Amino acid sequence: MSGMTVDLNRVGAKGALAEEAEGKWGMTIDMDVCTGCQACVAACAMENNLSFVGEEDAGYGRTQHWIRIERFWDGEFPNVKTNFQPMLCQQCGHAPCEPVCPVFATPHSNAEQLNLQVYNRCVGTRYCANNCPYQVRSFNWRDYHIEPNLGNERDVDGAVKIVFPLHNQFNPDVTVRRRGIMEKCTFCIQRIHKAQDKAKAEGREVEDGEFTTACAQACPANAIVFGRIDHEESLVSQLAHQDRGVKHLEELNTLPRITYLKEG
Amino acid sequence: MAVTSKYFPGAEKPHEAHHEEEDDPRQYLMYDPKPRGEMNAMVMESMHATSWKFWLVLGILVFLVVTCFFYAWGYMIAEGLGVAGVMRPSYWGIFLVNTVFWIGISHAGTFISAILRVFKAEFRRPFTRAAELMTTFGLIQAGASIFMHLGRVWLAYWLFPLPNARQLWPNFHSPLMWDLLAITTYVLGSTMYLFLPLIPDLAMARDRSTGWRKIFYRVLALGFRGTEGEWRHLQTAMNFFAFAIIPVMFSVHTIVSWDFAMAMRPGWSSTVFGPYFVLGALHSGMGAVAVVLFIMRTTMKHMDYFIRKEHFDALGKLMLIVTFAYSYFFFNDYIVQWYGGDKWTDTLLHWLEEGPMAWMFYQLLLFNIILPPLLLWNKKIRETPWLLALIGLMINVGMYWERYLIIPVMLTINRMPFTWKLYEPRIEIFLTIGTFSMFLLFYMIASRLIPLVPVWEVQEGQMTHTLRKVGKAHVPTVSEFE
Repeated sequence: MSGMTVDLNRVGAKGALAEEAEGKWGMTIDMDVCTGCQACVAACAMENNLSFVGEEDAGYGRTQHWIRIERFWDGEFPNVKTNFQPMLCQQCGHAPCEPVCPVFATPHSNAEQLNLQVYNRCVGTRYCANNCPYQVRSFNWRDYHIEPNLGNERDVDGAVKIVFPLHNQFNPDVTVRRRGIMEKCTFCIQRIHKAQDKAKAEGREVEDGEFTTACAQACPANAIVFGRIDHEESLVSQLAHQDRGVKHLEELNTLPRITYLKEG
Repeated sequence: MAVTSKYFPGAEKPHEAHHEEEDDPRQYLMYDPKPRGEMNAMVMESMHATSWKFWLVLGILVFLVVTCFFYAWGYMIAEGLGVAGVMRPSYWGIFLVNTVFWIGISHAGTFISAILRVFKAEFRRPFTRAAELMTTFGLIQAGASIFMHLGRVWLAYWLFPLPNARQLWPNFHSPLMWDLLAITTYVLGSTMYLFLPLIPDLAMARDRSTGWRKIFYRVLALGFRGTEGEWRHLQTAMNFFAFAIIPVMFSVHTIVSWDFAMAMRPGWSSTVFGPYFVLGALHSGMGAVAVVLFIMRTTMKHMDYFIRKEHFDALGKLMLIVTFAYSYFFFNDYIVQWYGGDKWTDTLLHWLEEGPMAWMFYQLLLFNIILPPLLLWNKKIRETPWLLALIGLMINVGMYWERYLIIPVMLTINRMPFTWKLYEPRIEIFLTIGTFSMFLLFYMIASRLIPLVPVWEVQEGQMTHTLRKVGKAHVPTVSEFE
């Protein structure tokens, strides 16, 4: 018995639900080089058909962002330092959002080892969003896609002043979500599937760096790196295993897939 | 314990002659019997007598239900939850506050009619029905509030384990699923338990009415004739339900509390939430019973015969005990969390005591913990119906604040300070008015259709009680009889 070792990450109240600490796909975010430019936020919105909620709803905490840049001020004026922290779904290996859904709209994918959100199964209890310690789930409060102009100024006769052209650029690979359902970052699962299909057709495995998520692609400072976390030689693995890698809210035993590289 | 068998009639006068006026035994319902025919006629008259005031209030309530409940809910279904005030981080708002509040109210009915029946507390007799109706009507509002809260309510049947071709079943890991099962069990159980003691009264009403009422009562009375065998079966069934419904009642609010306690949130993940919520439910429920009894007594005919000072006094004592028990769990929850010193819990407690909703927190302390014991110790206050009703109303306001603090206000503080934002109710206010109006409307309609006083229970108590000496007091009891 004395020779037995127990991996504490895998033992817990819901040990059966927890899986390998390191999943298949992973991400590192370098806080040292993030400039808070929000390019990732815009790219994510374009890629994943995120809704424009209008000024009023956005001001009331209803933004539809799968990734957001959290901005923190450090110090007192005039010696102020700004810190940026991109926050998105951590694709937990032991996710608090998963067991609480009464209709199995938040299952765990064994193939991709990601947290899925099944849009057409969701009934909108919003328990998953409450239980997410990272607060990265966003809810469709209205039918934002039917009224892409929602929140714009209107003329006296009700006609819309500004016309958004953006609803014409929906990504055909991604579902457009209706009102009353939850959504969140998918690690651009449509890109993962595209790359897997291509690799399968060519009879090989998906290589690291073959494709990347929209946010990582758009990041001008290369702060976001996405790839195979299960391959030791991949860039994302090497970055994640540096000394400065930290997991967010690690003490909750959520086993996040995203490693933040703290400022040196 | 000495049992003095003083069968009615002829309850002896107490020895203290100088307290004659206060100790007149006829002030107690058990010692002031009326012939059965007369009492039945009184109850029948209380159902029939309506004035223009009744119809005016009924009309206002119908208007409020149509506009604030059905129209507002329909509008919200059509527009999406955007018209409500829920947002990140307060994904749950007043809808669940209302759910917890109404389930809390519903607990009083079961407590009074089941637990007091099991323990043979005789003062329960005239108001078990009024309290039990509160259970059923409260649960209807609680259920409606849960469905209002859903983002896609038209798919609510997915929450039920219905067979389907894809073999998709609900997730039994989810506390919401347990909740649904517990509440459904409670609704069914408590409705049956409301109905069983109603049967003899429905039969009584059937024999004394004409026209559509006769048909109505005949169908509902299930052919009850009052034979010895029927009574025995009824007693057995009621006994069975009285015992069975008690664990259901405790489990329901415990499971409701688990919706919160099972979540990984500061302020919510507390192991004492189960009993704390059950006591909170009884606290608000007892208060609501006091309010309902006061309204019944002042608005309905002959009710001052059935509902007397002694009942308000007994209810006041019950409220006092429940207040102490509630305070115990309240401090157990808050002090242990505070002592734990977790960073986020600490932030949350500071937010409660200093934040914009601090007034709510202090009102909760004042209304639910400080004022009730200061007022209820006094027999004069307990025996004044309007004062007791006012205290009950106050406790309910405090308990509503308590649920409001636990749901949207505690949700404000999470582990991501960037998202902190205070919840503002929008259409929820109308929907809340709608649920309250519907509850009152159901009550008013019920007061015209079914006897709000269980006549046979009062008659049984008056005929069969004996006196048992408990301490210095003589307490009427039927335990010898059974």
